[in-house]
Amino acid sequence: MDHLPDLVQQARDAIQSAEGMAGLDDIRVRYLGKKGELTALLKGLGKLPPEERPAAGERINQAKQELAKELEARRDTLAKAELDARLAAERLDVTLPGRGQPAGGLHPVTRTLERIEGLFKRIGYDVAVGPELEDDHHNFEALNIPAHHPARGMADTFYFDATRLLRTHTSPVQVRTMKAEEPPIRIVCPGRVYRSDSDLTHTPMFHQVEGLLIEEDVSFADLKGTIEDFLQAFFERDDLSVRFRPSYFPFTEPSAEVDIACVMCAGEGCRVCSHTGWLEVMGCGMVHPEVFRHGGIDPERYTGFAFGMGAERLAMLRYGVNDLRLFFENDLRFLRQFH
Amino acid sequence: MKVSEQWLREWVSPQLSTQGLADQITMAGLEVDAVEPVAASFSDVVVAQVTDKVQHPDADKLNVCQVDDGSGEPVQVVCGAPNVAVGQRIPFARVGAVLPGDFKIKKAKLRGVESRGMICSASELGLEEGTSEGILVLPEDAPVGTALREYLALDDHTIEVDLTPNRGDCLSVQGLAREVGVLNRLGLTEPTIDPVAARHDETFPVRVEDAQRCPRYIGRLIKGVDISRPTPMWMIERLRRSGVRAIDPAVDVTNYVMLELGQPLHAFDRANLEGAVVVRLARQGEELVLLDGQTVSLDPSTLIIADDKGPLALAGVMGGEHSGVGAETRDIFLEGAFFTPLAVAGQARSYGLHTDASHRFERGVDPELTRRAVERATALLVEICGGEPGPLNEQADDAHLPGQRDVTLRAERLAKALSKRLDDAEVSEILERLGMAVDAHDRGWTVKVPSWRFDITIEEDLIEEVARIHGYNRLPVRRPAVRLGLKADHEAQSPLGRLRRQMTARGYQEAITYSFVAPELQRTLLPEAVSPVLANPISADLSVMRASLFPGLVRALEHNLNRQQTRVRLFESGLVFRGELDDLEQVPMLGAVVCGSRLPEGWTGGRDKVDFFDLKGDLESLLEVSGDADAWRFEPGEHPSLHPGQCARILHRGEEAGWIGTLHPAVKGKLGLKTDAVLFEVRLDALSQGRIPAFAPLSRYPEVRRDLAFVIDEDQPVQALLDRVRAEAGEWLTDLALFDVYQGKGVAEGRKSVALGLTWQHPSRTLNDEEINQLVDAIVATARQGVNAELRA
Repeated sequence: MDHLPDLVQQARDAIQSAEGMAGLDDIRVRYLGKKGELTALLKGLGKLPPEERPAAGERINQAKQELAKELEARRDTLAKAELDARLAAERLDVTLPGRGQPAGGLHPVTRTLERIEGLFKRIGYDVAVGPELEDDHHNFEALNIPAHHPARGMADTFYFDATRLLRTHTSPVQVRTMKAEEPPIRIVCPGRVYRSDSDLTHTPMFHQVEGLLIEEDVSFADLKGTIEDFLQAFFERDDLSVRFRPSYFPFTEPSAEVDIACVMCAGEGCRVCSHTGWLEVMGCGMVHPEVFRHGGIDPERYTGFAFGMGAERLAMLRYGVNDLRLFFENDLRFLRQFH
Repeated sequence: MKVSEQWLREWVSPQLSTQGLADQITMAGLEVDAVEPVAASFSDVVVAQVTDKVQHPDADKLNVCQVDDGSGEPVQVVCGAPNVAVGQRIPFARVGAVLPGDFKIKKAKLRGVESRGMICSASELGLEEGTSEGILVLPEDAPVGTALREYLALDDHTIEVDLTPNRGDCLSVQGLAREVGVLNRLGLTEPTIDPVAARHDETFPVRVEDAQRCPRYIGRLIKGVDISRPTPMWMIERLRRSGVRAIDPAVDVTNYVMLELGQPLHAFDRANLEGAVVVRLARQGEELVLLDGQTVSLDPSTLIIADDKGPLALAGVMGGEHSGVGAETRDIFLEGAFFTPLAVAGQARSYGLHTDASHRFERGVDPELTRRAVERATALLVEICGGEPGPLNEQADDAHLPGQRDVTLRAERLAKALSKRLDDAEVSEILERLGMAVDAHDRGWTVKVPSWRFDITIEEDLIEEVARIHGYNRLPVRRPAVRLGLKADHEAQSPLGRLRRQMTARGYQEAITYSFVAPELQRTLLPEAVSPVLANPISADLSVMRASLFPGLVRALEHNLNRQQTRVRLFESGLVFRGELDDLEQVPMLGAVVCGSRLPEGWTGGRDKVDFFDLKGDLESLLEVSGDADAWRFEPGEHPSLHPGQCARILHRGEEAGWIGTLHPAVKGKLGLKTDAVLFEVRLDALSQGRIPAFAPLSRYPEVRRDLAFVIDEDQPVQALLDRVRAEAGEWLTDLALFDVYQGKGVAEGRKSVALGLTWQHPSRTLNDEEINQLVDAIVATARQGVNAELRA
């Protein structure tokens, strides 16, 4: 009993010098375990005179509690040290690049087409598509371009035989839609079109989006408003100047070419706008009564407008691409720029 | 249409700058393509006369000339042009002159002889492209000492107007002047054109056999002309400024009148005409040697001018070589005719021609212009070449001439079309300015269309004219008011946009390749494919429609591999064209190609090359996105582009919907590709057919899992095993995973081990071992029986 203080001191020393959890547990067993030294002291209380027992028991238990507390504190310290060591060992260089498949991207033409479609879908237009290998009727006749009409010279056509061809515009989709549906009609028709022309500024295939709106009371004013809104929304410029120039398309009348103030030089005059300050971006007009008749729609009751634009041209202006041919080379160094 | 501004301003000259005039024309719908000075800038060049010429003492090819430049003192110049001669009036650049290209004229010594100035050629003055032959010889009456710019009126611009096909009436100075007059409310100053008095009464017989195609034909015999006389400088200059080269007075005059008034004319050599001039359709087997020297076989739908011997000219297109005017011509038969647009339409093109005449006739030449034009040409020709004109021989058929057209414009319709009611007086005035006789009435206006406006036949044409002259940009702007009605939206359909985005999420870059490809490439990849062939391809490389997305993708792959891009992941969507024209399917497809390392170069590995299963995984992710992955199956197949052991036919609900596989090594070799590539293409219609999700309650009871390793023949597709296992596993099977495929030690030669993990879960109770054991026994039995599978020990 007299060596209790020594024993406690001994245990304390052991606890403080213990390295690692396992060592600490050994110490606990040795002093506080069922067969531990302090436990043995408690068991030996019986050998003391009865009047001394409570006080002795009290002292031993106190010593046990103190040691238990110290053990606990030491355990916490060791656990923390162990965790710290582990964390230090597990440190990563978080600036290293991540693992896995990097994202790809859409073609800039698709990106442009989707953007145009999106703007019109939001105000209630549907997207319509049609065949690319077309016939003379849908590509020309029904659009008021009879055989030998000088307007056929406006688009150099790829032919397969006397009547079958690659569509030169997406306008045949208009005709097909008019035949299939009753007004009101609101559609945009995106897609590939083909003209036998290939040089710095022409590729034999390109993309158009054509729009058509047919209602009972649609006027040239509605067309102007729609086109202005669209161009300002597409280029995200509320103050973009838009002007309408009289022109000629066999399938619309009145017809107009649409110019915008050059988006490269803000109308100051530059190489892109040939120093005119204006860029021609699309064509439009009121649906010609002959086209209505071919589409089975009464031109006295309904009026409508149509417009068409080249996706590559708009993409070039929007993203500053300076060479049309890049769109079809599919060079990854080009495509990756449009993520 | 190119025209000199000065010429135009002779007819009508608004108070506008050159650019202002061009802008005004453009905004009226006649788009000005270019405004260019008619001559490059040069200074201090005057009209001078060569007064003396002696051979240079030390140079055979040089002459020492004395020139009178009006300064009073003769000037000595050394000149190397072979055509220089005493007495000539010539353009003379004085010392100090600056010629185009900033070429300064200085005092010089040429082989020891002093030269003070230069006698110029047309090209040195920027009046001719290329290099001129010799110096420019001016007319004898050119005033010595006058600045050349002033003498030739070179401070002028060429205005080039890109006319739309409906405005054939503007293919002349007169036509453009009319339009400028309308825009500026100005009248025209027309040249005086009086009928030329006949000096003899001889006519050449004309027989119009096809009055429907040629309702008016005017001929005139002009006898005793001298074609060797020079065309006057002013006419040569005007022609030049319209892009027309001077040839001889007969051709120059007909061209001049065509440019001035818009009427194509033709001059025949009377000596080469036999019997009578006949206007008729060509006959089968007839041939004609054209002015340009080529011989054409005439089609019976072609209107020609003939004589008793045979064809002379393609009516309204081009004359013939034999009957044309030449230096020897003494008597000219001048033709002015109205050929209807339909008679000429398409004819020039069918012979591979496009001429100034056909361009105008196809669009419509004013039928009331013929006589004036012939009179104008006669007067000019006689003035230049002398000769005696005879009377006009006019054959006209009123029944076939375009009659007077009346068109009505309803005030109500106009207001509705423009969302604005224009002042009635303004509408009347606009129509009148356009040359229409206007009858204003209570419903609107009825107009008589002028004979030159072939494009005005219906009410909309008048609406356009009124809007155009009033000004598009002064018309109101509003937004369409529409009824908002919802449209069906098919949830089970996956839009293409979603599929595209899944591809980009899996690291693919979208490509867009041409829909026409090189036939050899398509043959190499798809020897059996049939697809339409273009009759007029832009090049042989782009002449056959693609029957598959593979040719385009392979070509794009090549393009990138040739540019040090070793890791390529591309996809494309678009139509492919299958079958003959009469039996054609235009099928929307989505396809992809991969090659190179699995991941981009990096520090975490992934340097293995992509293989079949990488691409298949990407495709499967697409099928999952589309929402109905269970509808798809892959089965071993054979495709000419693909490796026979690494190729699958893709089935959608049992129908072939596409292919996936590694590029066939032989094909790879033929294409000269250095790396392996894996490709797929699938029909978009199948791909977009998803389904609407259907909820199944979540079970609260535990799952049971059993792992089974089967040994099957090495060439036995795993799919068959999976099918059998699934069929026997009962309705509570919730997952069937394939977690290992093994060949080697412990598995017999020619066999492979396939480890499956099966998971069951019952919706309303706990499954017991016994029932699972029964299921496993059934599975093992059916696998043994069906695909010769043994449970691995």
